[in-house]
Amino acid sequence: MKTFWADLHVHTCLSPCGDDRMRPRAMVQQAKQKGLDLIAVCDHNASGNVEAVRQAGRGEGLAVIGGIEVTSEEEVHVLALFDEQQGLRDMQRLIDESLSGENNPDLFGEQLLCDERDAIVGQDTRLLIGATALRVEIVVDSIHHLGGLAIASHVDRESFSILSQLGFVPENLAIDAVEVSPRRSVAQVYAQRPELKAYPAVRSSDAHTLEQIGAVRTGFTAAAPSVRELHRALLGEGGRAVMN
Amino acid sequence: MNVSDLVQRAELAVKAGAGGLDAEVTGGYASDLLSAVMANAVEGNVWVTWHAHPNIVAVALLVKLSAIILVAGRQPEDETAEKAEQEGVPILVSSLPAFELVGRLHAMGVAGAT
Repeated sequence: MKTFWADLHVHTCLSPCGDDRMRPRAMVQQAKQKGLDLIAVCDHNASGNVEAVRQAGRGEGLAVIGGIEVTSEEEVHVLALFDEQQGLRDMQRLIDESLSGENNPDLFGEQLLCDERDAIVGQDTRLLIGATALRVEIVVDSIHHLGGLAIASHVDRESFSILSQLGFVPENLAIDAVEVSPRRSVAQVYAQRPELKAYPAVRSSDAHTLEQIGAVRTGFTAAAPSVRELHRALLGEGGRAVMN
Repeated sequence: MNVSDLVQRAELAVKAGAGGLDAEVTGGYASDLLSAVMANAVEGNVWVTWHAHPNIVAVALLVKLSAIILVAGRQPEDETAEKAEQEGVPILVSSLPAFELVGRLHAMGVAGAT
């Protein structure tokens, strides 16, 4: 068992709001400088840069988890994290079928696809800033069905969070954890909304610029830097644990 | 004016919670952020929203709203309708988009807090 320091929510230049410099090598370098062992790449409704970041991380000893920050019909943001490429691909297909519209780069920003050497290899033309037609319960159930972990994004934020959009966490919503943004501590959020203590918490940067990567981090003690092991740490199984 | 009067005058379809149609309407509130509704709507208000999620019934009970009006022909999810029926919270549906519906409600004397 080892303690892994993770930033479980970083965007790349594929997200329309992601900085142009958020490219694989640069991100990996920054993550290593911040002492991270692991990052999860979660672009808005997209996963096209996951493999490039993973490859860039491989040479540097940085584990990279593939994820998507899914926008539900209610405009709730949910992180979907997967160990298996197939799970991520199937989740992406589900999103693609239920997301409409075309991006306008002048209004929302460019959506750049990169290779592992930071070169631009294409653009995603879909309206990634938009919402899918998937109810939040369907999003969470689909993530689980495909073998992934579902984390409610930035629950302390006043927009696009489960609390801002739906007032409280629906009792039948099987999220695995809640994410707290850099502006609050987990203790503050638990004190303010005691009902959230029913869920384990992680603290992530939601980085859109290089400087924000690793601004806050979550440590977990487990056997490997994987989604499966993170899940077991969130549940406190077999001596595993999460530290914020 | 009670909810029943509003149903007739604004041509709303009653989808659930007909038991609450006698409630007095004190005014209106419009938002798709449930956190904002909980913070700002006033007891007896009708709430104009696009949300069809079951949480809207809980929010209506919490604030003691007189009715929920779904816009643009949105239909309540099954669980939402069931909860609303049990709790006697009227769920009404307008075929109009939100802006147009709110304008007409205001013209009928349903005002928001200023």
